[in-house]
Amino acid sequence: MKICVLVKEVPDAAVEKRINPSTGRLDRGGEKNLNPFDTHAIEAAMQLKEGGAVTVDEVVAVTMGPASAVRALHKAVSLGADRSVHLSDAALEGSDVNGTGYALAQVLAAEAPDLVLLGQQSDDGECYTIGAVVADHLRMPSLTQVIRIDVEDKALRCERQAEYGYDTVIVELPAVISVGDAINEPRYPSLKAIMGAKKKPLETKAAVDAGIAPERVGYEHARAHCADFTAPAAKEAGRIIEDEDTAQTVDQIVAWLDERKLLA
Amino acid sequence: MMSILVYALHHEGAFNKNSLGAVTEGARLAVELGGECHALVLGEPAALGDELCDSLGGHGATRVFRVEGPEGLAQPVVDAMAQVIREQGHGCALFGGGLLGFEIGAGLTARLDAGVCMEVTGVRVQDGKLVAERPILQDSSVSDVHFRSDVGVIIGRLNAFEPKAASDATATVEDVSVEFAPHSLKARMVSRGEQRGADVNIEDADILVAGGRGLGKAEGFDALEDLAGVLGGAVAATRAVVDAGWYSYAAQIGQTGKTVSPKLYLAAGISGAIQHKVGMQGSEHIVAINKDANAPIFEFSDLGVVGDLNKIVPKLTEAVKARKGA
Repeated sequence: MKICVLVKEVPDAAVEKRINPSTGRLDRGGEKNLNPFDTHAIEAAMQLKEGGAVTVDEVVAVTMGPASAVRALHKAVSLGADRSVHLSDAALEGSDVNGTGYALAQVLAAEAPDLVLLGQQSDDGECYTIGAVVADHLRMPSLTQVIRIDVEDKALRCERQAEYGYDTVIVELPAVISVGDAINEPRYPSLKAIMGAKKKPLETKAAVDAGIAPERVGYEHARAHCADFTAPAAKEAGRIIEDEDTAQTVDQIVAWLDERKLLA
Repeated sequence: MMSILVYALHHEGAFNKNSLGAVTEGARLAVELGGECHALVLGEPAALGDELCDSLGGHGATRVFRVEGPEGLAQPVVDAMAQVIREQGHGCALFGGGLLGFEIGAGLTARLDAGVCMEVTGVRVQDGKLVAERPILQDSSVSDVHFRSDVGVIIGRLNAFEPKAASDATATVEDVSVEFAPHSLKARMVSRGEQRGADVNIEDADILVAGGRGLGKAEGFDALEDLAGVLGGAVAATRAVVDAGWYSYAAQIGQTGKTVSPKLYLAAGISGAIQHKVGMQGSEHIVAINKDANAPIFEFSDLGVVGDLNKIVPKLTEAVKARKGA
């Protein structure tokens, strides 16, 4: 079995994110890291590989992004991926969800994986959608926000929380599965794995190498365009108490609740 | 003229509140666009009787396309909506907040080569076209999203669209036969809507004490139950801790859980992700205790306490008890 894991480089959680007003796109400068949700997808791939219920021949990390995104691939490889593919091309810059999903699907189609795993959302765009876009292009069954995967014959038994409680769904392979953070506790990479990550095979592909139609990607061809950013009506800032003396803190909370008649 | 197709999710004989909100919103927009709002429902025939489907007319749908197929999964709905949109020429597919809407909307985006906007909090008509309003960057900014495709896919944020049954009008129900794509039938529901943990009622409570991952372990909820006890409230939880098995699903706030608006919402060890915020932002008073001063929850709490909840919560329980006994 071959598993492809889609990964993404996102601004570090500690970095303040902002929109570039002239382009309407997220300013992706500053410190970057592997999207935290994607580390759960890699861990899920490794647990399948090590679990013994199925033979996993290869785990391949795949990303789309500028030159710097290679660091997300190094991180993915240090966490266990065998090799990685980097789709990188100026023509892809500013692609919307439609274009990004299409482009990634072209790369994945060439890899012909039995399973595509990804994190349920990216830390920056707060979007849950890429997995289902990719799945439709690949004509594979798909499930998102999965928190448990068990191998069952040539299928996966998946659990996830949906609108009415927990659903259990059997998904035949090949399939696209996005995972939630409750699925596992990602391991930390060993120093040796970090050092060795840059030596693992890394293939860089331009859009043309992946057979991507230029009229379907990039900012100019985005089917959905963001514009006119406005600040929402700001809620009045709340009062903040820094807890130094807990007895005093608690008195302040009680007084605050009391003033609002919440202790009646 | 543009017509809108809304997916209406149903379960156990009733439509989802967010779906009804989307039908209401779709009908409002269709009037401005000079078109109609239609709804699509998909499921077992026995679960989708004429009376239930007709009722969408009260929310403003003029036609309801009823499709027989497997319930609770996204891809069969993608096939059905793509077919109906191609046949009827809808200019927009609209979804209320929830999980299935994201999956179906995303699949339709690929299938119809359409633009998509998710987490939408408002939609308006501008120059005869739809513009979706989407909050970004932890709600610090709102972006207008314009569509440059024949079909625009709009996926609402939870509770963004309020359902209104404006009339007792009924919709015309039309049965549509859909040939599902092979891959759409390769996911099979084994069990749906399983309730995990005790059946607790949090929706009627005036005071909620809610816990998140910051509690550190399942036992962290013991202290919250004590505090809720003296406050005369109930205990709620985030999705992360429910998925981890620390607390009951029935007590979950947010995206795939409950929406509440108590007089007091006290959040302990909750960072305040959007998926949680959408379920509790209507609360009258919000108090947050978190050790991370940068936690987003402090952006929308009325009283924020930066500190260790393990130290603060037990003492707060004692202090409230003393105050009430006084």
